[in-house]
Amino acid sequence: MIPVCRIEDLPEGESLRVEAGDATAAIAVFHTDGAFYAIDDTCSHQDASLSEGWLEGCYVECPLHAALFDLRSGEPTCLPARKPVRTHAVTVVDGMLYVHPAVRTVPGEPVHAAPEEAVA
Amino acid sequence: MTTFTTVTVVGASLAGLHAARGLRSLGYDGRLVVVGEERHRPYDRPPLSKEFLTGDGDPGEGPGGLALTDPEEEAELDAEWLLGVRAEALDTAAGEIRLTGGRALRTDGVVIATGATPRTLPLPRLDGVHTLRTLDDATRLRAALRAGAARVVVIGAGFIGAEVASSCAALGLDVTVVEAAPLPLVPQLGEEMARVCAGLHARGGATLLCGTGVEGLRGSGRVTGVELTDGRVLPADVVVVGVGVRPVTGWLEGSGLALDDGVRCDAGCVTALPNVVAVGDVARLAQPGTVRTVRAEHWTSGMLQGAVAARNLLAGSTVEPFEALPYFWSDQYGARIQYAGRRAPGDSVRIVEGDPADGGGFLAVYERGGISTAALGIDRPRPFMRLRRELARAPQPAGR
Ligand SMILES: Cc1cc2nc3c(=O)[nH]c(=O)nc-3n(C[C@H](O)[C@H](O)[C@H](O)COP(=O)(O)OP(=O)(O)OC[C@H]3O[C@@H](n4cnc5c(N)ncnc54)[C@H](O)[C@@H]3O)c2cc1C
Ligand code: FES
Repeated sequence: MIPVCRIEDLPEGESLRVEAGDATAAIAVFHTDGAFYAIDDTCSHQDASLSEGWLEGCYVECPLHAALFDLRSGEPTCLPARKPVRTHAVTVVDGMLYVHPAVRTVPGEPVHAAPEEAVA
Repeated sequence: MTTFTTVTVVGASLAGLHAARGLRSLGYDGRLVVVGEERHRPYDRPPLSKEFLTGDGDPGEGPGGLALTDPEEEAELDAEWLLGVRAEALDTAAGEIRLTGGRALRTDGVVIATGATPRTLPLPRLDGVHTLRTLDDATRLRAALRAGAARVVVIGAGFIGAEVASSCAALGLDVTVVEAAPLPLVPQLGEEMARVCAGLHARGGATLLCGTGVEGLRGSGRVTGVELTDGRVLPADVVVVGVGVRPVTGWLEGSGLALDDGVRCDAGCVTALPNVVAVGDVARLAQPGTVRTVRAEHWTSGMLQGAVAARNLLAGSTVEPFEALPYFWSDQYGARIQYAGRRAPGDSVRIVEGDPADGGGFLAVYERGGISTAALGIDRPRPFMRLRRELARAPQPAGR
């Protein structure tokens, strides 16, 4: 479990990149459509940081080649990305936002990044 | 809707692959043939001058992680791949493409996607002199840079030259970039921003020499140095020539298609023949409302034109013009450069975020008559993306 920030420090429409330590790649955390989501920060296509992407509803557009990822499933909805990025669970405890780095997710079986209690 | 029995895509790379994808996704279920001169399945070129050169480990044989398709998608595409095969000529009257070895391929639809190939200089053929376009080129260059080379001279400071120089600097090599123009990238970025980008070389530890041409090479058998027109001689173990590319149209001589630094087509990638389209680096498109034509050498245009051309080919005429805003990126010396729009000479530049002088990245907007025409960002991906979207929606000054 990695502390991210206080929920008021990640307003709607914003994103953050968190270093998850040596074992896990960096994670991008988003606040959009009233919920928090976390996915791998590095695009599955090439070397771009998704936390710097453009948010539109539950989707983030990669800042390099504009592949669109569904924040709920990590699945790309258009080319050039073809592989999903991993999703990670997000929780809020006492106003503090935490991500729980996923070890592995099964493609097609999305991990819900924003359980009910996580909605700010 | 035109019904084809066979559509042949010539050129098995980014634009050709996307045209093939487009054809299938629009329901074309006839025979689909992809002819590619390289022996590899389609792969991504941009990393070849960047991560591929600097990366650790053995890149192995074949495209590996650079592949643009996977076996599952290839099965879905249901295409016949003729790889390691060159199209030698197109006979539009007979509906035939002549392949290496004299074999003829009957086809009623053609997608020309033969891309571009490096320009060369009239220099002697010596070992240690490289150009960079293909995976095989990159594999050779990568090996040469790791085989004890200490001094690299890059001829040409365009995007590819600058990226190769940056990768060499990252590998700890001594790099000099020679540029004939007084300043590189002026046609692309305008003088002010070109100067900022030229400054990246020094920041990355490479030497940029501008305003001097190359007179010749030193060495017999193997290159040992580069002679400049100003009389200097730069010692070199490896020389990379990056002086731009020319579209691959040689095989179309005599086809009757209009060739003019690329294959001439309308705004929807359709040539004078409705069953022949051209996409990617080889395609020269008409610009609606102007007498100008444009040929892009950018990854995103290559990708997007494939889909547009597929639709127009199947429709039998242009029902959808290619209108995407030009966009490219480049990674140099740890800086990510992104450009989008249609800048024209004389446009003014305004910095809207950051400061080019402090080296920490910035965002600039090009303007004409109060209207934004283009955007340039260095290490500002998010606000750059916002501007790029605004530009794509905004009206452009007349004639762009
Ligand atoms: C090293 C490098 C770095 C780049 N970096 C960037 C970047 O950072 N950003 C960016 O926007 N763009 C970049 N580009 C440009 C981008 O890769 C090209 O715009 C893109 O590859 C064009 O795709 P294409 O399919 O039109 O042509 P190509 O990729 O050139 O493919 C054409 C294919 O056709 C084949 N062919 C040619 N003639 C024949 C024939 N007669 N018969 C059969 N096959 C034939 C060729 O062998 C080749 O495989 C880079 C290019 C290179 C080389
Ligand atoms: S790096 Fe994200 S789409 Fe290419």
